[in-house]
Amino acid sequence: MSNSVLFKSSIAKKYFMALTGLFLCTFLIGHLLGNLQLIFNTGEEGRRAFNEYAYFMGHNLFIQVLSYTTYLALIIHAVDGIMLTIQNKKARPVNYAYSNPKANSGTASRNMAILGTLILVFIATHMANFWWKAKITKEIPMHSLVKTVDYPVGQNPATGEMVTKPIEVTYYLQTNGTYQQFKVKDPSTGQEQKLMELKNKHEFYDITSGVKMGEGYKDLHSVVMTFFSKENSSALFGVIFYVISMLVLGYHLWHGFASAFQSLGLNHPLYTPIIKKIGMAFSIIVPFLFAIIPVIIYIYH
Amino acid sequence: MASKFINITLKIWRQKNSKAKGALETYTLDNVSTDSSFLEMLDQLNEQLINEKQAPIAFDHDCREGICGMCSLYINGRAHGPDSGITTCQLHMRMFKDGDTIYVEPWRSRAFPIIKDLMVDRSAFDRIQQAGGFVSVNTSGRTMDANAIPVPKADADKAFEAAACIGCGACVASCKNGSAMLFVGAKVSQYALLPQGKVEAKDRVLNMVRQMDEEGFGNCTNTGACEIECPKGISIENIARMNREFLKGALTKA
Repeated sequence: MSNSVLFKSSIAKKYFMALTGLFLCTFLIGHLLGNLQLIFNTGEEGRRAFNEYAYFMGHNLFIQVLSYTTYLALIIHAVDGIMLTIQNKKARPVNYAYSNPKANSGTASRNMAILGTLILVFIATHMANFWWKAKITKEIPMHSLVKTVDYPVGQNPATGEMVTKPIEVTYYLQTNGTYQQFKVKDPSTGQEQKLMELKNKHEFYDITSGVKMGEGYKDLHSVVMTFFSKENSSALFGVIFYVISMLVLGYHLWHGFASAFQSLGLNHPLYTPIIKKIGMAFSIIVPFLFAIIPVIIYIYH
Repeated sequence: MASKFINITLKIWRQKNSKAKGALETYTLDNVSTDSSFLEMLDQLNEQLINEKQAPIAFDHDCREGICGMCSLYINGRAHGPDSGITTCQLHMRMFKDGDTIYVEPWRSRAFPIIKDLMVDRSAFDRIQQAGGFVSVNTSGRTMDANAIPVPKADADKAFEAAACIGCGACVASCKNGSAMLFVGAKVSQYALLPQGKVEAKDRVLNMVRQMDEEGFGNCTNTGACEIECPKGISIENIARMNREFLKGALTKA
């Protein structure tokens, strides 16, 4: 009997809600630390650092296991929440004609299911805009860099001076840390010469010999920057939607963080007030830091 | 305080029996003393209804001194009405103003079916209690004196606070999920805290929670509404204790 009650009973459902919820809170911290790199590192170095970080997150085995655990936790949290909500609605088939819930409970605590659904909508759009492109359709361009260099074209026979000409060179960043010349272009004539060929979306092959020269990084940094930059006509909508979603997340955490401890039976006169304060701080600081990133990108990029 | 008389409008849930479809009916009642209790006001209304040859309103009440747990009523959107730490019999009409409209509804819960009008069947609580809310005592005639077992004062106090629950059902009525966790949490705690109760603690919590789920009560969202509306001020700390006890029981009971 004991094994089945750990899944079926009302209290066990709350344990799962609490455990997955707290796990997702730790995920938020990790995700936030990654996002903050978008604004703390700038220029080519910042872009490079971010894309290298993204590559690490996508290829490290431990992170891979952690990310699948996160998907699982999210699914359990959502499904369990839906099951609980259905049961809770069934427990009161006829509603009160007159109710005054403000008198005895907080707004966030009464609307966890609605807030959670809104967060799920945000996650769905977030995955479609970013995760889907990065993982499934692999539409993300490679990390490349265009530099104009003075290319020697010969010697002036009269003076003996070197004659140079500006040429646009496209470099691709490779996973071994070096840049690889990909193509060159003469801006005056518009003539272009490809040195490399991109295969399998991320592998560089020498065009003359057909030998693989290296692999590139996905330019996730530019995807984010373009998405939220003023040049993108839908960026403002994106920023507003993002900020509102973080507000919703904050409300969800406002109740959820401390509530998880109560569900797990961790209520103590000494520690519960501390847990509640940490929960309040967490629910304000984390969503706030998430939300200011697209705002800063929109204003400054 | 000088007593006053007020005129009020009442919107009261009328329902012939458990099967019938109920509705809110409007009544006006004049000259209600502000010193009268809410139940006395309903008595006055029933007298008026009887004089008008109408069926009186059925509502639960018994001791009328705040200890039996019989009176219920969801008044103006709150269990036991707009005051804290009281049952409906302890609610006085001085809490209302002349000309007020007062909504009176029964406890709303699938597990508390309406018997008639404002009366609900709370025997689901009895069945939860019967599932484990007791200490098995050897009645051989040589039962040990309970006072012979040392109990720390702090534990005894906490157990007593939990045992103050009168089983009125205000927790279920105020909970947005119709959850009975405060009631069951209090009943589990009052035994789990004492040495006499610890012996059967694991079976008790598993059986009482199973019965609670079978009765169709909702789940706890930790809104805290129950402890605010509880006439006996039972803390949701008891729900956390039940959650701990349940985990212990579920993990170790074969």
